[in-house]
Amino acid sequence: MAEWLDPLLILALALNFGALGVSRIRAVVNVVAAQGILLGVLPLFLHGGIGIRGFLLVATTVGLKGFGIPALLLHAMREVEIRHEVNPVIGFMSSLLLGAVGTGLAIVFARTLPLAPEHANTLIVPASLATVWTGFLMLTLRRKAIMQVLGYLLLENGVFIFGLLALEATPFLVEVGVLLDLFTGVFVMGIIIHHISREFSSTSMDRLSELKE
Amino acid sequence: MHAIVHNLIHIAVVLIAPPLLVGVINKVKAFFAGRTGPPLLQPYYDIIKLFQKGSVISETTTWVFLAGPPIALSTAILVSLLIPAAGSAAPISFEGDLILAAYLLGLGRFFTALAAMDTGSSFEGMGASREVTFACLAEPAFFLGLATTAKLTGSLSLSGMFGPELASHWSSAGASLALVFVGWFIVALAENSRIPFDDPNTHLELTMIHEVMVLDHGGPALGMILYGASIKLFVFAALLVRLATPIATRLPIVDWLIFGVGILGVAALIGVIESATARLRLSHIPVLLVAACLLCGFGLILLAR
Amino acid sequence: MGVDAHPAGWFMSISLVLWGAATVGLSGVPGLFSSAERMSGQRLGAILAVLGCALGTAGVVEYWRSGATASIVAPWRIPEGEFAVELDGLSAFFLVPVFLIPLLGSIYGLEYWKQTERRRNGRKLRLFYGISTAAMALLVVARNGLLFLAAWETMALSAYFLVTTEDDDPEAREAGWIYLVSAHFSTLCLFAMFGLMRATTGSFAMESIGSGAITPGMKGMIFALALVGFGLKAGLAPLHVWLPGAHAIAPSHVSALMSGVILKMGVYGFIRTATLLPSVSVGWGAVVLAAGAISGIVGVVYAIGQHDLKRLLAYHSVENIGIIYMGIGLALIGRSIGRFDCVVLGLGGALLHVWNHAIFKSLLFLSAGSTIRATHTREIDRLGGLLKATPATGACFLAGSAAICGLPPLNGFISELLIYLGLFRISTGERAASFAPAAAGAAALATIGALAAACFVKAFAAVFLGSPRSHEGSHAREAPAAMLIPMIILVCMCFMIGLAPVSVAAPLDRATDRWIGAAVRDRGRLLDFAPLDRVGAAAIALFVVASIVGTLLVYRVKRTASRASTWGCGYVNATPRMQYTASSFASPLVGLFARMYRIRTVRPEVSPVFPRRASFESETSDLVLDGVVLPVFRFTAWVFSFARLTQRGSIQAYLFYILIFLLILLAWR
Repeated sequence: MAEWLDPLLILALALNFGALGVSRIRAVVNVVAAQGILLGVLPLFLHGGIGIRGFLLVATTVGLKGFGIPALLLHAMREVEIRHEVNPVIGFMSSLLLGAVGTGLAIVFARTLPLAPEHANTLIVPASLATVWTGFLMLTLRRKAIMQVLGYLLLENGVFIFGLLALEATPFLVEVGVLLDLFTGVFVMGIIIHHISREFSSTSMDRLSELKE
Repeated sequence: MHAIVHNLIHIAVVLIAPPLLVGVINKVKAFFAGRTGPPLLQPYYDIIKLFQKGSVISETTTWVFLAGPPIALSTAILVSLLIPAAGSAAPISFEGDLILAAYLLGLGRFFTALAAMDTGSSFEGMGASREVTFACLAEPAFFLGLATTAKLTGSLSLSGMFGPELASHWSSAGASLALVFVGWFIVALAENSRIPFDDPNTHLELTMIHEVMVLDHGGPALGMILYGASIKLFVFAALLVRLATPIATRLPIVDWLIFGVGILGVAALIGVIESATARLRLSHIPVLLVAACLLCGFGLILLAR
Repeated sequence: MGVDAHPAGWFMSISLVLWGAATVGLSGVPGLFSSAERMSGQRLGAILAVLGCALGTAGVVEYWRSGATASIVAPWRIPEGEFAVELDGLSAFFLVPVFLIPLLGSIYGLEYWKQTERRRNGRKLRLFYGISTAAMALLVVARNGLLFLAAWETMALSAYFLVTTEDDDPEAREAGWIYLVSAHFSTLCLFAMFGLMRATTGSFAMESIGSGAITPGMKGMIFALALVGFGLKAGLAPLHVWLPGAHAIAPSHVSALMSGVILKMGVYGFIRTATLLPSVSVGWGAVVLAAGAISGIVGVVYAIGQHDLKRLLAYHSVENIGIIYMGIGLALIGRSIGRFDCVVLGLGGALLHVWNHAIFKSLLFLSAGSTIRATHTREIDRLGGLLKATPATGACFLAGSAAICGLPPLNGFISELLIYLGLFRISTGERAASFAPAAAGAAALATIGALAAACFVKAFAAVFLGSPRSHEGSHAREAPAAMLIPMIILVCMCFMIGLAPVSVAAPLDRATDRWIGAAVRDRGRLLDFAPLDRVGAAAIALFVVASIVGTLLVYRVKRTASRASTWGCGYVNATPRMQYTASSFASPLVGLFARMYRIRTVRPEVSPVFPRRASFESETSDLVLDGVVLPVFRFTAWVFSFARLTQRGSIQAYLFYILIFLLILLAWR
């Protein structure tokens, strides 16, 4: 089973590029949802069995990241009627290239970390770092609030991959707690987006700078 | 003796089979659209008919206009002799032939674009401009893919890089090779002006890249262009097939069968993609090509791990 | 000169070279004493230049024939200086373009820069044309640091006078100033470099430094100074700021000399220094490789944005120098990780590209000159359709374009192939440190090639294809024989190296001998690592197949074709002004690399119903020159303008300054 781990992580990395290179918000939501499902099932491919607790975790993660949150976001999109990231801070191609540079550096950097031997040869750490980097890029380079939520989700996905390293050690409750936090966060953001759009008739984050005084 | 027979078969296949690929693609597209579609051999009929027709040549043109099609065709033919087909090596094979192949295609592109510019038509100018622009992004993807297979097999000739040596690496470095396959598939679609880069089926002026470049060519010249383009498609399909199934059994017939099925499979895949997707907006094409570069580069980086 | 002091006598290869150099150097002198109104001085000068170049080339051939490294050492009055010259494989290799291009350039100049038409500056140009050639020949054979620097400075200064041939043109004066400043910055670096080398070895003699005799820090410093000092002369981006202006403004046969040969002296200096130093670390090799790749991409990207034919060609020099440095970087990496094959391929590719670039870039500059002479404009978008009026010039330019893009079956392909082979060979190796830069280098080289092809489709098509866009373009006449013959000779050389690449293997092996060392040399030569015979055969096959297919088409078309106007998609009244312009052609690529340019566009305001006459303008300028160098200079000038406060104009004030200065000196402990 473990030999499937790396190809799946590579797929997750490819989805990162997809999220960076596409302008249609619906497509980005789908990409992030797909990554959520992919990461959700990853624990099944780890060394050793995972038990009933693990299966519960997989089911919750897949349900929440793959279906719950995306549905919420799509609902928010319909509500505020935006479909494209029109005017990103830097172009899609440049963000793709930045993402690629970050991924390359993550792979190089991960080799220098003192990891446990069973993790040193997998892509877990580089994939995690690269996904966090992609999330940061989305957060900083996109103007639409909903894209920022998606960036936040990618960031969380990166942290989740890192969590795979310590799956055996983490208590179940912590995992579920994190997921719950995430859900609440997205929920609150959804409400905020709704209000921003009603207040300013735009969901561009730039408009928030009017509040700085 | 065996080698001579193999080479003769190779030459015959690369000279005869290519238009069939176009036929298969059109048939698949017709199937998805619920039509009967043109006969499978229609591309052959077209080319033969074109060779028998007369042509009209623009008054603004010079010899460069006439030089375009023959150079494009002859470079395509030479490249098709450099790539390995089934099992054994290609008829022409030496260390570094991969670079010759890439640059021969570049030569063909150079003269096709010049022939288009020779007419002085803005439409053809646009097509030529786009063709050379997208080539700049497709080329690094192609070379990064080549570097990946060269790194795996330690060989610098196409026959070695896509020979049986590669098969053993599918288990150890499958992820890299899969990434290169996807990247190259995108490159193949771009280089052959297929959907989502360009739609070869729309009315001539409305296509964006390749078809619009050859707007003023007619008769035998157009026949040469169509034939050359189908050989180029065959070349890319063959590379993809060899990348996916770099195996050599003891039986040449089995090898050729695998190769043939693979080629038809690639053609069918292109047909499915053309039926299922729409043409990309022009401004999005570079993003997809950069993504292809990243896929191939990423496949290479994974090897360095 | 002390030639007779040496027992080997007059016909030794090195003496032939020196005599040739002296003859070329003096070739401009008779012109000074003859009438400015007549051609006799120029003719005599051209004969002397051809004679001198032939003598020099004979010396190189004699060296190749005999195979013996020849040297002359004579005392020189300069302290620590010594007139030490030597002809080895590397020097001989570089002497070929040094003598070839001026030879052809002088013949070309007979018609292009006629004394009877250019009374003001024809004599000056020819004087410095000869002197710069002689200086380069001396530079290449010099084996003493001071002699090298003297030749270097002579070359740099005479090139300044060549750039400012038309010194009544303010543009030429400005380009000349920028050139002079960067040339002297380069000389400064070289002074420091030779100083450090003297501190290590104790003399200015250019001899190999053993790995035990030098500390790593010193080695790194010398290497860095060489990279910057020689890189400035070679035009390695971002040190290329002087190059485009100088090459564009100079007369075309001067541009050919500068781009084809003078830049190469930077390459020569760098390779020579690397030969003298012991092996450097992999990091330095990767730095050189990266510098080459960056230079290649920057050069070609800027070239695509140009509207001026000669500026476009000048930026391509930056690109090609980049390719050469990639080869050198590859060789350095190969040497430090002990991959002998990569040294042979990298250095061989770089050196062959030196020849190739000299050939095709001179060809392009000469045919551009012939175009400019026929149309009186360098503006690409004002030209068009010239292939009909000037078929031979057009065909030469096309051959040069295909060669510079590295397309088979021409010479550019061979040198790029060698570099590719080396890069691929290293990237298949085990070591990760050398693998990553090599693979990235191969991808960069592929991008450079595709971009160059795009750029030359634009340049050739806009100038020679379609129909004339302006009045200037429609009245062109073909160049006279004295201009065409040098171009045709260069075209033949492009084809010769491309179709029979085996022929260059022997000179290349000679040229790389020193760097590689005899002990390792026995392990193989260039032909053992590069299948040049197969490549040549494939090129010939391409030739044959293309001619068969082409004949077939022409045979079919000639019988049946009829003529009509270009299909305008239904629009029947198309005019030449509606053709796709070079700027439009380049705009997708300029858009892709927009971050690398400073693009200035003037857009018209089009009112909706009755639009008035409107014009659109766009200009791309150099980020390094206009964005960094000039602002820094302006800032420096501003800072130093405060020094003017001390300029009082009264003699008492100046005496007071002297008093203060003396007091400071007294107080100084």
